[in-house]
Order: sequence, then C-alpha cells, then structure tokens
Amino acid sequence: MRWCVRIWLAAVVACVASGACSSRDGGGTLAAVRERGVLTYGADLAGGEPYIYEDPADKSRVIGFEVDIMNALAARLGVRAEMKQFAWQNLVPSLERGDFDVAMNGLEATAERADRIRLSQPYFTFAETLAVRAGSPYKTLADLKGKRVGTLSQTVAHDILRAQPLEAVVYEGNVEPYLDLEQGRIDAVLLDNIIAQRYGCTSEHPTIVCLPDDVTRGTYIIGIRKADPELAAAIDSAILAMRADGTLEGILRHAGLWDARQTEPPPALADDSGVRAQAFDADQLQLFLKGAAITLAISLLAFLIAVPLGALLAVARVYGGPVAGGLARTYIELFRGTPVLLQLYVLYYGLGPYYSLGPIEAAVLGLGLNYAAYEAEVYRGALLAIPRGQSEAAKALGLGTWQALWHVLMPQALRGALPAMTNDFVSMLKDSSLVSVITVIELTKRMTIAAVDLRGWLVPGLACAALYLAMSLPLSELARRLERRLARDQRPHAL
Amino acid sequence: MISVRTLCKAHGARRVLVDVTAEVARGETIAIVGPSGGGKSTLLRCLNYLEGFDGGEVVIAGVTLRPAMTSAREREVLRALRTRVGMVFQQFNLFPHLTALDNLTLGPRVVKRADRGDAEAGARALLDRVGLGDRAGAYPHELSGGQQQRVAIARALAQEPEVLLFDEPTSALDPEMRDEVMAVIKTLAAGGMTMLVVTHEMQFATDIASRVWVIDRGGIAEDGPPAQVVGEPKTEVAREYFGRLR
Repeated sequence: MRWCVRIWLAAVVACVASGACSSRDGGGTLAAVRERGVLTYGADLAGGEPYIYEDPADKSRVIGFEVDIMNALAARLGVRAEMKQFAWQNLVPSLERGDFDVAMNGLEATAERADRIRLSQPYFTFAETLAVRAGSPYKTLADLKGKRVGTLSQTVAHDILRAQPLEAVVYEGNVEPYLDLEQGRIDAVLLDNIIAQRYGCTSEHPTIVCLPDDVTRGTYIIGIRKADPELAAAIDSAILAMRADGTLEGILRHAGLWDARQTEPPPALADDSGVRAQAFDADQLQLFLKGAAITLAISLLAFLIAVPLGALLAVARVYGGPVAGGLARTYIELFRGTPVLLQLYVLYYGLGPYYSLGPIEAAVLGLGLNYAAYEAEVYRGALLAIPRGQSEAAKALGLGTWQALWHVLMPQALRGALPAMTNDFVSMLKDSSLVSVITVIELTKRMTIAAVDLRGWLVPGLACAALYLAMSLPLSELARRLERRLARDQRPHAL
Repeated sequence: MISVRTLCKAHGARRVLVDVTAEVARGETIAIVGPSGGGKSTLLRCLNYLEGFDGGEVVIAGVTLRPAMTSAREREVLRALRTRVGMVFQQFNLFPHLTALDNLTLGPRVVKRADRGDAEAGARALLDRVGLGDRAGAYPHELSGGQQQRVAIARALAQEPEVLLFDEPTSALDPEMRDEVMAVIKTLAAGGMTMLVVTHEMQFATDIASRVWVIDRGGIAEDGPPAQVVGEPKTEVAREYFGRLR
C-alpha cells in the first residue's frame, strides 16, 4: 500500500516536472467557451497598472486596458470574459495545463513562445526603453558594458540583456528596479515603455530619465494552446476587426497608451535566438555551483549573526530583568511574528533611502536578524532545561553571573540546543532562497532561470535538489559528530 | 570562625529558621542532624548566602552577612566570601561538560585568575588526595557516584576555603560508596578544616563531629558533643529522631 502511494507520488512529480499533464490536448476550447458563455483568461494582478489591476475605487473589480480589450473581444465572440489570477511567470505552463482558455497579460511575441503556444494577432506594440539616472553618460545599451542593468525576470528585456556583455539584475516587481536605479545600486533599467513611463521616469523619480530611442520593439499577444486553432482564428479575426473599426484605438487612447508605434507595421518576432533552448552543459553547471556557493555563504554568515545574537537575547530573556527581558521579548515577537520576506524588503528597499545596503549584505543581515529570534527561543529552552544545581555550584565557587553563564550554563545550553540548531541551519539553507526578491541569484533562483533556458524543470530541479542535499547532508553529519563529542553523557532514556 | 545571631527566615507565613544563634570555632566539625523539613539545609545554605534571610546576621570567615544583600558592591562581597566558604552538594553538581581536572581548575582560573599551569598542578594534587589522581581526564558521567562526590569535594577544596559546607554529601550514594566519601571527609576533619555537615549517618556524625546540632522546626534543639547529644538526648524530638534511626 505504502509503495503504491510512493509510486503514485513519483508519477505525479515526474508528470508535473515534465509538463506532460496537459488536460486539454484534445482542443475544442472554442466550442466549450461558446457553450459556457465565458472566456477565461489567465493574468497576474501583480503586473499592475495599466495592464490589469484592482480598481482603486472598488477592490473587487479588476480594470486595465487589457481587461477592456478582453471584454470587447469576448463580446465579439458572443461570450463574457473572466480573469483568472496566476503568477505571471507561470502563465504559459498554466495555459498548457488547461487552467484557463487563453493567457493575456503583456505576453511578448517571441520565437520561443511561438514554438510552444499559438500567438494571436498583436494588440499592442511596445518599445524596450532604457532608463538611466539624469546626467549619467549612458546613451545606449552598448555604453553599459560591464555595468549592472535591472529588468524583470522572463521578459524579452531580460533576454536582450543576457545577450549583452553586462550584468543583468533580475527583479520581481515593477517598482523595485527603479528604486534601486535611483539609489545607485544599478546603472540602468531596461523594460517595456509602458512600465518605464509609469514606474520609472515619473515625477516621483526626478533623478531618472528614459532615453528617447527604442532599444527594440515588440508586440503583446494573446497566448492560445496549440490544440485550439479554431479559438485562435476567432480571436485573430476579432482583434483585426477591433483594429479596423477603431475599438482598439479607443481603448488604448482611453488608457493613455496610444502612440505612433501602434500605426506602424508591427515588428517581427522578438529575436531571442541568443537564448534559445540550451542543454545542461558545463557552463550551466558552473552557474549552479556559483548559486550554491552564494546560498552557502549567505546561510553561514547569517548563522554567524543569528547564533551570538540569539544567545544574547536568550540570556536577556532569562536573566535580564523586566527592561532587557522585555526588549528581548519584543525583538523576538517582532522578528518571529512577521514574514522574513517582508523583513528583507524593509532592509533592502525600505532602508534604501537612508542607508544603502548591498543585496548580499541585506540578505545576510535580514536572515541573521530573523533567525536570531528563533535561536533565542531554542537557547532559552536549553538554558531552562539545565538543572538548578549547576548554577548553584557555579555560584558556590564564587563565579559571577557572566562567568557562570559563559563557563557553565552556555556550554551546556549549546549542547542541548545542537539538534535544534542543526534543524535551523538546514532550514536557513532553504529559506535563503527568499533573498532572490532582493536580486541575489542563489541556488533556487538559478534553478528557475535555468528552467526557462532549458525549457523544463526536471534537470534543473534535480540539480538544485542534489546541490541542496550536498550542502545539508555533510552539515548534518558534522553536527551529529559535534553532538556526539559534546554530549557524551547525554544518552536517550531507556524505555 | 562562624557566628550566627538571631537568624530568621520565612517562606510566606511558614517560618523556616527561628532566631538561630550559634558559634563555631576554627577547626570544629559540626554534624547537623534532625528530622526532614526542620531547616538543616536552609541554615547551611544561608551561611554562604545561596539563600538570603529575613533577619539577624552571620559573621563567617571575616565577612558579615545581612538580609537583602543585592547591591553590586554586596554581590562582590558575596563572591569573595564564597571562595572562602566551599560547598558540597547532595547531587554532586559537577559540571558535565568538563573533565574532573577542569571541574577543579574552573574556580581558581576564572575567579582567582590563577595561571592554568598552577591551577592544574594544584588540582592534580587535590585529586591525588581524594584518591582519584588517575581519573583527571575523566568526565563526570564516566565516574561512579562516590568518585563524583570525591571530585566535588576536591573542587570545593581547590578554592582553598576556610570553611566547608556539606549538604547531605552521602545521601545520594549506595552504601558501599558512602564509605569512600566519608573517609575523605574524615581526613579533612583530622586535618583541622572547619566543617558543617548536614547528615543522617549517625555513626559518621559521632565519629567525626566535635559537636552535633539537632535542628527542629527552624531552631537548634540540642547542641553538644556527640556522646552527650546522641548518647543521652535531652529533648523529645532528639530522642524520637535517634530512636527512628536505630
């Protein structure tokens, strides 16, 4: 029975990993849509204004120029459009899985996407716009050789940057790259002109300018499954009709997005030949090893902060009296009770205007401060578990409070805490993947990037898992030996 | 050497020590006996201020102890006192993460800032004295109970105290191990160490004690040489207590 479950689980994992579980391979979506009277489309609200976002006046409503386009388009098919929330990075895989009928959320037309799904007629022509700090010498992408340039992950802009001899810094949101540009952490941002004009060179960022020349142009399209040619044809004719009768222009004008680019012939598919499907080669392996090294370094350094700080907090809680004890408790509740992701954001972006930490520094500090709260409670428990006679014996020898703590109580607390500390360190190794939100490319982030490059999760996923295990297993073994050495006298109770 | 004057201590409404007054001269060995809950251990623990008290005072090894000694200066006074008044516990309380040798050198090195070499030389001599010269590198859990208690006695001696307090030093031991511990305490008594020993071993008490105190309900019920107190107890409580032991 157990084996059955295991085999079933393994099959599911393999199936998900290979993307082979497409439920709608048979096509026929158009007929289903007409029957249902609803056309569902996958999109991500995190993309924000002006694409698809919550109405500030009524949070239950989603608005945006893409909502308007989808509503008009669905009306032409005689149905109603309904948005489904999905993470942007997963729109294409989710489309393939059959989670919704079409994908529509600033999806650029690329040769790689054309291989995988059907691309509709374009509904918008965008430009990749380079934003720099006012007064900086950079005028073109070529000027930025060797510099740090920000963008969003899995975008055409990211592909363009990776083909250049510069360091691409990958963000998850529209706001953060421009914050970092303003603070000098990066030298430029390459993103779609819609994003650049609404989030970058705005009155909020007087020091940022958008360079006038388009780095390249591309189009947004609606993604349709390969198996749905009828649906694709229906959508294409609807878009062409909307373009011909001015519906599309009206929607784009209403959103303030109408420009000369829309009347010019649409550009060819974005050229992403520089980043076409790769094999897992020595270069990839090297990148994975580098990611693993960053994961390990961040975790080790953060633990070096967490252990002494946690010990101090534990001592303050147990022996600190009302003031120091209260402060320590406040610290612990604050850092333990709020998400470490939020703490990383605050440290990196929130503190940015006052004190600009580098991404690695912020990652180490953030994880260290967070884990100190957990370590503190582990040590507090271990301190309280030491028999009273130990502190009495130390006192009776004339040891002062700090001497007793340092020579008698802390060494014993440490051995008691060792299993929990090992736990926490292994947990930290994996939690360190969160620091990718502040642009650090560690092992997990490397895997997600590689999964795009390699067009599959299986190999990068296995490589990633193997490297995590390669780090955690020796550490567990080391901790086990240390435990055996330190806690010679601590044997399990015979039961 | 020790002078206790009208010592009082209460836990809430329960009076643990009631106007205890006593004198101990240098070189004396006092056996403290009496029924459980009478205040024997509490009295002993007040003498090195492991427990505070509510009234009266204690003058011990030249230091005066009073109620509520909590200021930083007073705490320093207490720390200095404790190097002069050693203590041995019923449960040994050896430091499990340190070897026998390191258990002995911790006090001299940390509190008296002794050089490691000197401290270790002294510690080895003391381990020899308690018959454990060959177990210096052993950890407490590798030693028998009797051996552990002998190390604990040596640890107290390492601070070169003027007074040694024993809180039921043999109660946690099997009978055959009691003898080895009692033998060590006897040689200390013969060597002129001032000692107070809380014990239930009457034979031991009569063998080593210069005086026996019978403690009951927070006070010293009888105080005299062992032959007199054990042989011809005057109080009902002492008669009953000794009678039960026989």
